[in-house]
Amino acid sequence: MKRLAITTILMLFSTLLYASGTSPVLKKANTDIHDKESLRHGAQLFIDHCTTCHSAKYMRYERLAQDLEISEEDVAKNMLRGGTIKITDTISAAMSAEAGKQVYGVAPPDLTLEAKYQGVDWVYSYLTGFYKDENTTFGYNNHVLDNVAMPWVLASLQESMSEEDFSSDMRDLTNFMDYMAEPIKPWRQNFGKYVLIFLLILLIPVWLLKKEYWKDIH
Amino acid sequence: MSTLSKKGTDLLHWVDYRLPIIKAFKTHMSEYYAPKNLNFWYFFGVLAMLALANQLLSGIWLTMFYSPTLEGAFDSIEYIMRDVQSGWIIRYMHEVGASFFFIAVYLHIYRGFLYGSYKEPRELVWLIGMVIYLLMMAEGFFGYVLPFGNMSYWGAKVILSLISTIPLIGEDLQVWVQGDFFIGGATLSRFFAFHVALFPLILIAGVFLHIVALHQVGSNNPEGIDIKATKDKDGIPLDGIPFHPYYTVHDLIPVVIFFMLFFAAVFYFPGGGGFFIEAPNYLPANNLSTPEHIAPVWYFTPFYAMLRAVTVNFLGIDAKLWGLVVMGGAIIVVFFLPWLDRSPVRSIRYKGRISKAFLMIWTISFLCLGVLGVKPADWAPFWASPTFTIIYFAYFALMPFYTKWETCKTVPDRIKAHGKRQQQ
Repeated sequence: MKRLAITTILMLFSTLLYASGTSPVLKKANTDIHDKESLRHGAQLFIDHCTTCHSAKYMRYERLAQDLEISEEDVAKNMLRGGTIKITDTISAAMSAEAGKQVYGVAPPDLTLEAKYQGVDWVYSYLTGFYKDENTTFGYNNHVLDNVAMPWVLASLQESMSEEDFSSDMRDLTNFMDYMAEPIKPWRQNFGKYVLIFLLILLIPVWLLKKEYWKDIH
Repeated sequence: MSTLSKKGTDLLHWVDYRLPIIKAFKTHMSEYYAPKNLNFWYFFGVLAMLALANQLLSGIWLTMFYSPTLEGAFDSIEYIMRDVQSGWIIRYMHEVGASFFFIAVYLHIYRGFLYGSYKEPRELVWLIGMVIYLLMMAEGFFGYVLPFGNMSYWGAKVILSLISTIPLIGEDLQVWVQGDFFIGGATLSRFFAFHVALFPLILIAGVFLHIVALHQVGSNNPEGIDIKATKDKDGIPLDGIPFHPYYTVHDLIPVVIFFMLFFAAVFYFPGGGGFFIEAPNYLPANNLSTPEHIAPVWYFTPFYAMLRAVTVNFLGIDAKLWGLVVMGGAIIVVFFLPWLDRSPVRSIRYKGRISKAFLMIWTISFLCLGVLGVKPADWAPFWASPTFTIIYFAYFALMPFYTKWETCKTVPDRIKAHGKRQQQ
């Protein structure tokens, strides 16, 4: 009986192992969503370099300031485009979607949920995956997104620093995008363990109660 | 007796004279005798009820903030996740809860397969249960469409297009169901009405009937022994124990463990690794951008694999319609289990070798179909899905024969020791 079981299982599962399909090899992002310093740096990079074209329409500056412990003055000074936008606003793009579409052929997508949609490893691999390619419109191509429509806006930043420093910056930016996709994530990960510990302790009296009631049942 | 507790007792009797609460409590709790040997597999009924309660409560709160409109649906989910106080945990409890509900119900149904819980005299318990399962599938489908992410949209498109394959009336019926010529605002608002009002109401009525029918005939047990056959002089089954307090305290253990797994998922894996929330659902619905691979949520995948298993037209009928027939048949056939199983015994413990082997192969086939339904159609060899589908149906189609011909072990009259298997 047992042998029959094992043979059948092996036979049936071996057919399922016949997998196909290829996808680009992704680098590990190794981000730490609890690292506030990294998140703050990532936020500034995002505001400085991405929001020219991309919006993050579900993310409020105010929430970002609270969660990442940035003072409202600093937000006003460094993030609100010289006071043209309010701290209670959500992150908008400086350029309109229509203008983006005219320039690049596609409207630059909203990035709030991008890290959830693609995964952090993809975002990190994408940001560190640009290479020079003369056959493209903007002179750059990307390892994980072939024929990428986006011009490589961080080219000058990348050239100005060591590869290691640039990777570290991109890791911070990826980290921020992961936070932005779900601002409650660091908090829920911190709080969850108390709920689980409470339930684990609750299990003890519940277990003893059952034992006490059932001691006469044979 | 203190005056306060006397007043309490008086009130209880006042109510009981007018509404039979004491009698109901006795019939369904303190004098409802359940077999003393119920094991692990018997946890999942109460856990399914718990999951249903969680869906109802979290769902009510979500309706306060969700907007069932084309423009507002996706945004309102992000509003709940970010701006509504504790909205994120309510949303995650609902979304993770749906998967946990299905896990509990699948294991609950499988318990019936193992121990023959569908057999006489529990046929109606089984039929009502299967209706509940069908309602849950519809409820799950409507709920999955509501956030209106891109997978919601394309999933709905695939499922609704199935209706159009029905001959003659199909195309009109599809338009009637979705309320428009395409999936739009009318579809969302009616799916919302179905999801929060119509189906939950029928679901609750179904669960109520399921329990009333069960308590009429009594619970089965892993041995498949009829405990009502041996009673003491007061008419109480010798191998039965009152549901309250024995099983109420007993079931608290799986309830706490269920909550631990549930909240571990809510706090640490709310997306279920892409199985509870599929990645394309982080993009709003877009009729111009088809996801690379459309897969239903995990609890529909075995049936989805069977739907795709038929790829050739035959008998002048389109392959897509055959797929629909096969998928529908896969669910309908389970309704007939009480009459397909002609074994003299209930439990797999006393059934013959063919039943054991067939159940095992059927289980593996069903799981493999589940995997195949997640993967793109060309992921496995072309014969995989049809083969497993044939095994799935063969289990039921041949059941009247092998359950009758095989030799079974003799079922003892009494349950011997709690929790222990009988010496054979």
